Amino acid sequence: MLEWLQQPWPWYVAGPLIGLMVPLLLIVGNKTFGISSSMRHICAITIPGKIPYFRYDWKKEAWNLFFVAGILIGGIVAAQWLSNPYPVIVSPRLSEDLAAYGVSDYHGVVPPELFSWSGLFTLRGLIMIVGGGFLVGFGTRYAGGCTSGHSIMGLSNLQWPSLVATCCFMIGGFIMTWLILPFILRL
Amino acid sequence: MLVEEKKIKTSAPKIKIEDTDYEVRSQNAMCVNESTLDKPLVSNVKYSLLGICFGILLVKSEVVSWFRIQEMFRLQSFHMYGVIGSAVIVGMISVALIKRYNSKTIEGERIHLDAKKFSKGQIFGGLIFGLGWAITGACPGPIYAIIGTGATVFVATLLSAIAGTWVYGRFANKLPH
Repeated sequence: MLEWLQQPWPWYVAGPLIGLMVPLLLIVGNKTFGISSSMRHICAITIPGKIPYFRYDWKKEAWNLFFVAGILIGGIVAAQWLSNPYPVIVSPRLSEDLAAYGVSDYHGVVPPELFSWSGLFTLRGLIMIVGGGFLVGFGTRYAGGCTSGHSIMGLSNLQWPSLVATCCFMIGGFIMTWLILPFILRL
Repeated sequence: MLVEEKKIKTSAPKIKIEDTDYEVRSQNAMCVNESTLDKPLVSNVKYSLLGICFGILLVKSEVVSWFRIQEMFRLQSFHMYGVIGSAVIVGMISVALIKRYNSKTIEGERIHLDAKKFSKGQIFGGLIFGLGWAITGACPGPIYAIIGTGATVFVATLLSAIAGTWVYGRFANKLPH
């Protein structure tokens, strides 16, 4: 049993279970699935300043912070007790593409060649770790949701603006991967 | 300002004139969660349990893997499309059933879902998020899970994402919506 759990779970097992988060949160407490808002609440708690966008009673949304704290703990649990000792199996075409940029360690969830504390203060590291994070935070808030809020919750509720957002997520991702990332990886 | 417009539209009588909290919170947010039940903060622990399940799912499905996201955007694997696609199908069926049977929460409240209004932010913000997603290989949920798995440098990514959120809030009224 444990051995089976330690293997990567196939998409047709993990995907439907992720989808079940939507009704579970609704039934447990009328909560709409979404994660990027947690970062807004963190701003509202720590540095709201005089910005109206952050002046609200964040305690009413505290559930979201409990939820993301759980995600972090879930990451620890999965890494400690359910971790797969083998490197992630990816398409050989990807390994070929990445080898050209010196990325060859597939043991972790992220490549250590690109994401490490020692690499943080290189130009490439700064762009990828800090710059990438900034775009995620700014973009999700501007879009009013992320992959969970728009792509899973919004689409589940048949909201066409969420479909627009999801398409734009993908277009942005394709532009980065195909047109910009090759230059960043070469730095 | 958006807040004032909404204040006028709100038909329910307000006890306090300044009570626009709900309106502010619902600005550009996917989830506004108003409950009539006043519960202590500790009652939120149940959401942490759901979060733990979700975090484990994200790691075990390899959605948190930078490599899997690269495969997705390079169209080299079906895996990510399968995960998101099947999650959406299960979500759609669940929401349809909840609406069909007027389901209530375990505490007896009517489940309600807000409609999402279109704004240009979904286009501009969506594109910007997409750029960041392909660099970091992480959307907000996975950022937390990745930190949990031990890639602690993503604390810097999270802090930067929070900074990005703050900058959006600071300049929100100057951006096209």
